[in-house]
Amino acid sequence: MMSYEPVIGLEVHVQMSTDSKIFCTCSNKFGSDPNTNVCPVCLGMPGVLPVLNEKVVDFTVKAGLALNCQIRNKSVFARKNYFYPDLPKAYQISQYELPICEHGHIDIELEDGTTKRIGITRIHIEEDAGKLNHEADASLVDLNRTGTPLMEIVSEPDLRSAEEAKAYLQKLKTILEYVEVSDCNMEEGSMRCDANVSIRPDSNAPFGTRAEIKNVNSFRNVERAIKYEQKRQEKVLKEGGKIVQETRLFNADTGVTASMRGKEDAHDYRYFPDPDLVPVVLENKFIDDIKAWMPELPDAKRERFMKEYALSAIDAEFLVSVKAYAEYFESAVKAHNNPKGICNWIMGELMRRLNEKQCAINEAGIAPENLAEVVKLIDEGKISGNIAKQVFDESAETGRKPANIVAEKGLVQNSNEDELEAIVKQVLEANPAEAERYKNGEQKLQGFFMGQIMKASKGKANPGVVAPLLKKLTS
Amino acid sequence: MSETVSKQDVMHIATLARLQFDDETAERFKNDLNNILGYIDKLNELNTDNIEPTSHALDVYTVTRPDKAAASLSNEDALKNSASTENGCFRVPKVIE
Repeated sequence: MMSYEPVIGLEVHVQMSTDSKIFCTCSNKFGSDPNTNVCPVCLGMPGVLPVLNEKVVDFTVKAGLALNCQIRNKSVFARKNYFYPDLPKAYQISQYELPICEHGHIDIELEDGTTKRIGITRIHIEEDAGKLNHEADASLVDLNRTGTPLMEIVSEPDLRSAEEAKAYLQKLKTILEYVEVSDCNMEEGSMRCDANVSIRPDSNAPFGTRAEIKNVNSFRNVERAIKYEQKRQEKVLKEGGKIVQETRLFNADTGVTASMRGKEDAHDYRYFPDPDLVPVVLENKFIDDIKAWMPELPDAKRERFMKEYALSAIDAEFLVSVKAYAEYFESAVKAHNNPKGICNWIMGELMRRLNEKQCAINEAGIAPENLAEVVKLIDEGKISGNIAKQVFDESAETGRKPANIVAEKGLVQNSNEDELEAIVKQVLEANPAEAERYKNGEQKLQGFFMGQIMKASKGKANPGVVAPLLKKLTS
Repeated sequence: MSETVSKQDVMHIATLARLQFDDETAERFKNDLNNILGYIDKLNELNTDNIEPTSHALDVYTVTRPDKAAASLSNEDALKNSASTENGCFRVPKVIE
């Protein structure tokens, strides 16, 4: 059977987290009552003058530099003309021939541990449109979102699978969060993705005709939409058909893409320079100042974590995947120098708590110093791993210092050989049949006895002391 | 004079602009547009090889404002010109995607 290789390029729209809109002073807040963050400019009234928000330029240049782009010294706004009820001016202010950033790239990590470089064609600035809610016999228009600043990040057609597309998006999100230009929440729509998908018989064949998939609003759906589209195109070709260049909508409920018929004229946007907005000219000093501001980015941070803290690639990758995790980790290591131990506790207990509470790391209730203290108490042999989990939870609930919790509740680990020997004896006597089998070499019963001993000591027995005692008393 | 704009072009632009013309008007627009373009064509006599295309005639660049939010219109004022409203929204004929 003939197999095909998919060729994928992504267009990602990212809402910038500015206070005000791109061309007017209306609030850029999400979730207000309909049509309450609107003014004559974003309502598209005649005779108004849009004025560019300086932070939009700042944010886009930050993103451009973080994505290894060249920054254009001069860029121009253009009008993209089309009619739709969510676009009151009947044109969207965007950039066309002269986008602000070009020729960038990011490296993504593949399943097999290798990295792959994905080209970024361009990043341009544009305004968002409003939001439509469809009812049975009418559509309702809310223009709060109109004029929300967007950057559109266009990748080269370098992606070769749905998994690569997802990895690219995740990397993009991480980097944009690092430079603090967007909260990149796909579910809330602050990061949206269109995928250009085509297939070809092998990796040397020319690109096939592509379909543009719109309306993909989660990482999982990007994967689903691309996989569906890949299968659909394969089926068309296998049945002797031809792929038509078209726009298709992804339906998250059915997992299917469907053609937006009758939109063949829609791509004739008649772009022209917007006479209301003068060109943006950036001095080298402006760009250099932003370069100097740039934080350490995920790739560099991962390398440093591996070198400085002797962490594995997997551990380091996890910690740098969210800026707040990396910062939390470094604060904790400052308080107690056991990087691997602290990393394990972040990946284990702390992540379990974040999942349970569905909260961010700074809302989990446990300060990095307190997590570090839990690890320190274990390292000093003062508490066992099991007790530590209990102390961790209590510290997270109450905000109290782990050492205080341990002292107050008498949770200090028992390493006293005489006391522990008494407990071991007691447990052996209480379970004579098991003791006999264990003596006769049934090794797997060790777990049973350790469990019973921990229980009898209320979790306080030091396993490192108990294990040899158990061995001694049963040989 | 050469025809840069065909009647088909006129009808295409009309469709994109949501305008409707009868045949006679379309013919007139075609002639007008060709006359205008023919006149502008004179500029092609100049050599513009090393000249950057002009997007704006003003010698003004990078006009920006600080990122500060200010009061917007009230919902009532925002919807005042609308023929039909519902739940604080503009109500329009149903759009099917």
